[in-house]
Amino acid sequence: MSWEGRNIISIDEFSKEDFYRVLKNSEKMIDLLDKGTPLNVLQGKLMSSLFFEPSTRTRLSFHAAMKRLGGKIIGFSDPRTSSRKKGETTSDTIKMASAYSDVIVIRHPNPGAAKLAAESAEVPVINGGDGSNQHPTQTLLDLVTIQQERPPSSSDSNIDGCKVAFVGDLKYGRTVHSLCTALKNFDTSFKFIAPEELEMPKKYKEGTDYEETNELELSDADVVYVTRIQKERFPRPSEYERLKGTYVINENVMNELKDDAIVMHPLPRINEIKSTVDSDPRAVYFKQAFYGVPTRMALLAMVTGALEEGELI
Amino acid sequence: MMLVRHIRNGTVVDHIKAGKGPGVMKLVKGDTEDPVVLAMNVSSTRHGKKDILKLENVYLDEDTLDLVSLLAPNATVNLIKEGEVEEKRKVKLPSEIKGVLKCFNPKCITNQEREPAEPEFKVLKNPVRLKCKYCGEVFAEKFFKNVQKP
Ligand SMILES: [Zn+2]
Repeated sequence: MSWEGRNIISIDEFSKEDFYRVLKNSEKMIDLLDKGTPLNVLQGKLMSSLFFEPSTRTRLSFHAAMKRLGGKIIGFSDPRTSSRKKGETTSDTIKMASAYSDVIVIRHPNPGAAKLAAESAEVPVINGGDGSNQHPTQTLLDLVTIQQERPPSSSDSNIDGCKVAFVGDLKYGRTVHSLCTALKNFDTSFKFIAPEELEMPKKYKEGTDYEETNELELSDADVVYVTRIQKERFPRPSEYERLKGTYVINENVMNELKDDAIVMHPLPRINEIKSTVDSDPRAVYFKQAFYGVPTRMALLAMVTGALEEGELI
Repeated sequence: MMLVRHIRNGTVVDHIKAGKGPGVMKLVKGDTEDPVVLAMNVSSTRHGKKDILKLENVYLDEDTLDLVSLLAPNATVNLIKEGEVEEKRKVKLPSEIKGVLKCFNPKCITNQEREPAEPEFKVLKNPVRLKCKYCGEVFAEKFFKNVQKP
């Protein structure tokens, strides 16, 4: 089935087969980037990049992806300079962009904006994050990272068989919830490591093989996914002060880790991973950020119809 | 057995779980000026205690009945015409609700001024909850127990 014209709005719309297809096509893009082959599959195509709230990393990653494929970009990166300031609705801005371009990437502060955009546009829409709701390309690049950085497996993917430890704010962390939802399509088990106040909500734990603890004990983990604990989440500052040093990845924690485990983080980090850990080959968070480019290249090529069944056409 | 008089024309919502009557009344009453009678904690042979609501000269439309089902999924609705029960039916919990309720998340795109997004919910069961198809938030009964007919 072709993905031409498909919107990428929510991770909940992805089937197991969809995830495998993204993994496969992203790998294809990684190979092409490694070889340094100049690509022109999206030559003559325009991407509208509509950032109703700023997000430098997501924007740069999408722009790099489009340009690597030979395409061009129009759009805005700051709502203060956009027509929104003049009172135009999101829906109208999308309709206009849809008439100008072949694919739309939207970032928006209001949850549900990406679905509205998809309904308003005639061209495919990719959600680059809509408020507290969804950020599907982050989750897809997280999966690509695990697939690429874990040792080759005899299963269908290198993700299968992994024990994934989530560390930090598991209650409010959108990235964590979304990745956990996606991983239910693979043969994975979970370890949820968080302070009591920030435990993983029940609905994400349901139907999974998991353990839960507030001790940072990682010796049995294959993938460690670290997130930031924000001060604002605590009713009392003293609680935050008490906990802030508890879930920090330092050299001692790395010494406990398996040799082939990987440590991931959606970035930016504050102090939850010490910079002294960065040179450890198991610390893959900067590679993870890099994988955002080939993953988004694959998605852009798929929804515009330039890439089918892993072939560049 | 009851002090509640029979109505000649209108709607009787029966078998409302005891305690849910006031919420249902608020929901369906609208701006009628005709008599509305709510009986609470009435003994029922089937369910222990129940609430009953009678609305004179009011007939409820499908959208409103959908909303009633959120609060009282086991209710029965009798349409009375000229003193006779013209139609008796059970409310049915719909699988989705569209256009009749606003999203309870103020940041939701459906609540932003002039955006053409019609609020739409998936109805989750046991217990009844509403999941917004736009913002993805799930709302428990405490959110919709006080809704009013739009
Ligand atoms: Zn909503």
